[in-house]
Amino acid sequence: MSNYFYILWIPLLPLATFVILGLFGRKYLSSIAGLLGTTSLLTATILSFVAAKQYFFIDGKVNGIYQKIIALKYTWLEFSPNVSIDLGIVVDPISVMMLVVVTSVSLMVHVFSLGYMKGEERFATYYAFLSLFTFSMLGLILSANIFQVYMFWELVGVSSFLLISYYFNKPSAVAASKKAFIVTRFADLGFLIGILILGFYGGTLDIGLLIERFTSVHSTQFLSITSASFLGASMLTWGLTLIFMGGAGKSAMFPLHIWLPDAMEGPTPVSALIHAATMVVAGVYLVARMFPVFSMDESALAIVTYVGAASALFAAIIACTQTDIKRVLAYSTMSQIGYMMFALGISKNGGENGLGYMASMFHLFTHAFFKSLLFLGAGSVIHMVHSNEMKDMGGLRKLMPITHIAFLIACLAIAGIPPFAGFFSKEEILTAAFHENKIIYGIALFTAALTSFYMFRLYFSIFWSKEATISSPAHDGHESHGEGPWVMKLPLLILAACAVCVGFVPFSQLVTSDGAALETHIDLVFSIAPVILSVLAILLAASFYKNQNGKSAKVTNAFGSFYTAAYKKFYVDEIYIFITKKIVFPFIGQPIAWFDRNVVDGFMLLLAKTTAKVAELIKGLQSGKVQNYAMYFFGGLVALSILFIYIWK
Amino acid sequence: MQEIPLTQILFVSTALFFIGMYGLFTRRNLITLLMSIELMLNSVNINFVAFNKYLFPDNLDGLFFTLFIITIAAAEAAVAIAIIINLYRSHNSIDVDDATEMKY
Repeated sequence: MSNYFYILWIPLLPLATFVILGLFGRKYLSSIAGLLGTTSLLTATILSFVAAKQYFFIDGKVNGIYQKIIALKYTWLEFSPNVSIDLGIVVDPISVMMLVVVTSVSLMVHVFSLGYMKGEERFATYYAFLSLFTFSMLGLILSANIFQVYMFWELVGVSSFLLISYYFNKPSAVAASKKAFIVTRFADLGFLIGILILGFYGGTLDIGLLIERFTSVHSTQFLSITSASFLGASMLTWGLTLIFMGGAGKSAMFPLHIWLPDAMEGPTPVSALIHAATMVVAGVYLVARMFPVFSMDESALAIVTYVGAASALFAAIIACTQTDIKRVLAYSTMSQIGYMMFALGISKNGGENGLGYMASMFHLFTHAFFKSLLFLGAGSVIHMVHSNEMKDMGGLRKLMPITHIAFLIACLAIAGIPPFAGFFSKEEILTAAFHENKIIYGIALFTAALTSFYMFRLYFSIFWSKEATISSPAHDGHESHGEGPWVMKLPLLILAACAVCVGFVPFSQLVTSDGAALETHIDLVFSIAPVILSVLAILLAASFYKNQNGKSAKVTNAFGSFYTAAYKKFYVDEIYIFITKKIVFPFIGQPIAWFDRNVVDGFMLLLAKTTAKVAELIKGLQSGKVQNYAMYFFGGLVALSILFIYIWK
Repeated sequence: MQEIPLTQILFVSTALFFIGMYGLFTRRNLITLLMSIELMLNSVNINFVAFNKYLFPDNLDGLFFTLFIITIAAAEAAVAIAIIINLYRSHNSIDVDDATEMKY
């Protein structure tokens, strides 16, 4: 047990960095802040690789099944002998896998930021926030208690808020950070209620115990939660759906996705870390962590499936129309997370039917690498062009060869072209979908083609399209940076190498729903359809965008209002504004405000006014004359004497 | 010599107490007020001594209490006179009716 105790250091190192940089960074350490943060995270990364090696290859496996190990458990708040909030560290396949993902992507982002954020005034603060985020995310991953998950969940939200509003003198960034915080906070309300429901019926907040109790059909807790029902659904469905609501908010699932595209106002490396690779998959991770319980309830899983599939398709369509490169990537993230969600939703717990679970985790793993690579690549393009808009780019392949190659690899990976990483994980998801649900399979296949199309639309628009116009130096007062220093190129190269090879990780042997190895094979015949579709989509994108021609405009016109709707993100933001401004404010907000002003405040004012009136009446007693006071004193004494001597004998 | 009955002594001390009280309520001069308070204290002293002698002749507690009260009365007089002198310096008067600033 205790031979995993050193895992405690993995989250504690970034926390220490955060404290040191947060307190002393701006004044004393601004020159070495980046180095300090990177070094401490490098140590954490090495530790998590050591942990992964130890767990997966040395002592995690007992009789061919990966065990769930509680490395540390400390009871923090005890409500009753059974219900307590513990702080613990759980070591199991998905937490170790996530440790590796989070620390390595975070490390890449730290290194990249050394170049990207160089010269920023709040450089140390930036690294402090990055460390805070990394700490919270690692804490979230390692949580053994669902309330601990919730605490770190909120911490992650806070650090995301801080990093989105890093450029706080930009009104749009401030608005975006508030939007992100409020939307995810609203979703977290559901999460909290879900926790309370499960905690109430399960009689514990410990995830292991909850799973144990709710997965045995004859336990009293399971019987009580399934027999209790509310509005026609059992409490188990309610609890799980509400927990999924929290996950959907963090993971930007439809219709709680509106914050993610706006969150791109933050610095690009932050988008790579938080809004692509780690924080947004927290929702998927949460569902995976509670998966044995989810698998007991068909309707909750169906919700997960359909929300995931709808988000995947919806985001992919929007991504085809956007012109801000970071927004395209944001919608693509949302679409890929949709994939992970529905893969979980169609999965069963354990054995061969757990393919979806394993595929989802595999996709999470590979997606983290190629999506952070895409974002960092976009970061270096933005660093050079000083614009997020596609129309300001084009023909950059000669100016930034390394970025070009890395971006191309990432695009091929996300499009699912063999042998890049995305191919393997997407194949698993499609296979799982094919066996479980044909409708979902159709959606997934179509989305896969769309994904290839919009990714290569992005690729061709940035790197081909027209001849480079940026080469004229100082066109906006900045000198041309080229590709930036090696600290910006190195992460791209490392991540590109990852995007090529992480697909070959024998994932089905390591991370499965029940810990036992799963035999999978890539069926070549099955792969033909998605790969051909992807290639066709890429060729289509190439014909549209490789050179500037009128074809894309024609197609745009052919789609007409549908294109406009997609360009306007299907008016979801407008619907939100309509609901809040026209329905929530006048019909809920204003009555409550009236009640507050007139009833609550009225009662308080009454109290205050009564007190003032009475005081006005009796203030004459305080005359300032000593002899009057003496008189009151003796009068009181006489009155009390009479009272005690004659009346209360 | 004939013993004086306890009631007569109590009569004297009660009279003294109420004379002091009357002075406290009616006089305006602070020195006089101080003197009235001394009268009341002394009436208490008489009570202590008298009860000690008539009820518990073997004990000395009442006498000790009297000594304490005399000591404290002396200290109190010193403090009070200091206050009165300061009041005179700021108000040019030692009339209680002139010192009524501490009110609502």
